Amino acid sequence: MVDTESVNGSPVTPELEKAAERADSRRGFLLALPALGFLTLFFATPLVIVAIYSFATRNRFGGTDLSGWNLDSYRRLGEPIVRDILYRSLFLAFITTVICLIFAYPFSYYLATRKESVRNIMLVFVMIPFWTNFLVRNYAWRVLLGNGGPLSQATEAVGLGETSILFTPTAVVLGLVYGYLPFMVLPLYASIERIDWRLVEASRDLYASGWTSFRKIILPLSMPGVIAGSILVFIPSLGAYVTPELLGGAKTTLLGSYIVTQFLTARNWPAGAALSMVLMIVMLITTIIYFRKDGKTL
Amino acid sequence: MAEEEIAAAVELQGLTKRFGADVTAVDSIDLRIEDGEFFALLGPSGCGKTTTLRMIAGLEFPTEGSLRIYGEEMGTLSPNKRPVNTVFQNYALFPHMTVLDNVAFGLRMQKVDKAEANKRAQEAIEMVRLGQMAKRKPNQLSGGQQQRIALARALVNRPKVLLLDEPLGALDLKLRQEMQIELKSLQREVGITFVFVTHDQEEALTLSDRIAVMHDGKFLQVASPENMYERPANRFVADFIGQTNLLEGTVEDAETVCLANGARVSVANDKAEGAKVAVSLRPERINVHALDDKPDGPSLEGVVSSVTYLGTAHSYRIAMDWMEIEVREENRPSRGHFNAGDSVLISWHSDGVWVVDN
Repeated sequence: MVDTESVNGSPVTPELEKAAERADSRRGFLLALPALGFLTLFFATPLVIVAIYSFATRNRFGGTDLSGWNLDSYRRLGEPIVRDILYRSLFLAFITTVICLIFAYPFSYYLATRKESVRNIMLVFVMIPFWTNFLVRNYAWRVLLGNGGPLSQATEAVGLGETSILFTPTAVVLGLVYGYLPFMVLPLYASIERIDWRLVEASRDLYASGWTSFRKIILPLSMPGVIAGSILVFIPSLGAYVTPELLGGAKTTLLGSYIVTQFLTARNWPAGAALSMVLMIVMLITTIIYFRKDGKTL
Repeated sequence: MAEEEIAAAVELQGLTKRFGADVTAVDSIDLRIEDGEFFALLGPSGCGKTTTLRMIAGLEFPTEGSLRIYGEEMGTLSPNKRPVNTVFQNYALFPHMTVLDNVAFGLRMQKVDKAEANKRAQEAIEMVRLGQMAKRKPNQLSGGQQQRIALARALVNRPKVLLLDEPLGALDLKLRQEMQIELKSLQREVGITFVFVTHDQEEALTLSDRIAVMHDGKFLQVASPENMYERPANRFVADFIGQTNLLEGTVEDAETVCLANGARVSVANDKAEGAKVAVSLRPERINVHALDDKPDGPSLEGVVSSVTYLGTAHSYRIAMDWMEIEVREENRPSRGHFNAGDSVLISWHSDGVWVVDN
């Protein structure tokens, strides 16, 4: 829409048109200003502070000297302990993503091929967990998985003996899958639902069996959803703090917990800051890959 | 059926499709489409023509009845096992594949050797004159190009029957007319039986060897374009195929119909005496005369209520006291034309009219 205020009744000249466009973009900027201001203040500024601290030095009293800039904190990432934590976090986040994908794909497919009324009800079911506090839900898992809890009782009842998976990586993955499954379902559902079903019919008409049709048409066309869902699960899983704290044991320290320890217990802010930066960079790279890939598909 | 009779390309017997309890999309239709025919299923939207086509393709299974392709019963055989291919409405080209991959898809699915499949696909793309587009994605093609690729993608498999669902519906007029010619010559070239669905009567007349007019899940008439136009089976067909004026009246004898205004006109007909009928008078078969220029044969008096200039013709609406009639006269500079308000006589040649049941 052309700006109706600055372009008055006079005949339009190229200058006038430009002026109108400028006014339009200025108005757009004004609309974005509150959000931009908020993000600058509360997101970008702390981020810059974290970045600065990651190059600083921890002094003997647990404080941070903002002088003598160095890369020591980043070098610590090479230490076996830190490296193990990094690898373990990446691994668990990866496993979580894969399991979410395996669970969510068939479900999303089912969902996308239902009638609209059924779909909407089921989507509400997917959202219901969000109505309860994340922390509370994680405590619920502690009860479920704990010694003498329902899971343990169930396995005992069928003669498999007690199960004690609480405080193991399995419990962490279970909790993460539970927590992030909707983030996989929703984009997958959206992308499968968008597929033009006539393309599937066309492939069937061109001698593809049902399975081949899925592989050659539906799967590639739902790729944007697969990628979006994977990133939405992988990124928070990688930085997860609450779930590993509550369901993981002392042996399964993950990045999130380690960073907290560095800040609060070890009082080594530069080390915590450096790790945070690394985490952010990994996520940034993944996101960039996603957006570039997404731009290419379709 | 006599045994020496050649199997029809497509044969439907009592074919019925119901959706749920109370929607009958296709209602027990019988049809033989012969080998090499260019056959049109024509009708308004919702008449069941697309459902019929989809049943032939195997994308929909009949509720009842028999569907044979070259003598073989199709039953509920899945689409990938049928010797037919479809050109879909809006083409349904795979957006994530190149044009070449699209066209080669069917061949690859049939396990044709990869090099061979690519070679044949390339040939098919060249057949529709888009050889240089093979590496592009479908969304980089224009509508007309996409439609030709959809044709190539189906024809490359050398189906026994090619099904086309509103193949030209998405194209603009000029392109549609070009594609009609192209489609017709392509069909002659490949000799494959074409069955196509359209709601456009002109397209059906132009393209097909025979037309089936469908309405409410049933065939009203199956005939050649000429028979359909000249001798429509009933009022609906007369009105749907081309334009016509339907003059209501009563049959007096085999030669005469008494029109609703009391005028007697002579038209040969095979209807029973006293039957309520409509005389179908095509706009282009009517002549307009000045009042002092009384023609031989039947004529009716009226007043020109509007004139529309169509370029190739003048279209008149002529009001009579009991109905309005549409007349089209070719635009010849020598002839001049009438203006709104002129009193005129209209006449017609008795061969140019046809009587249908009312």
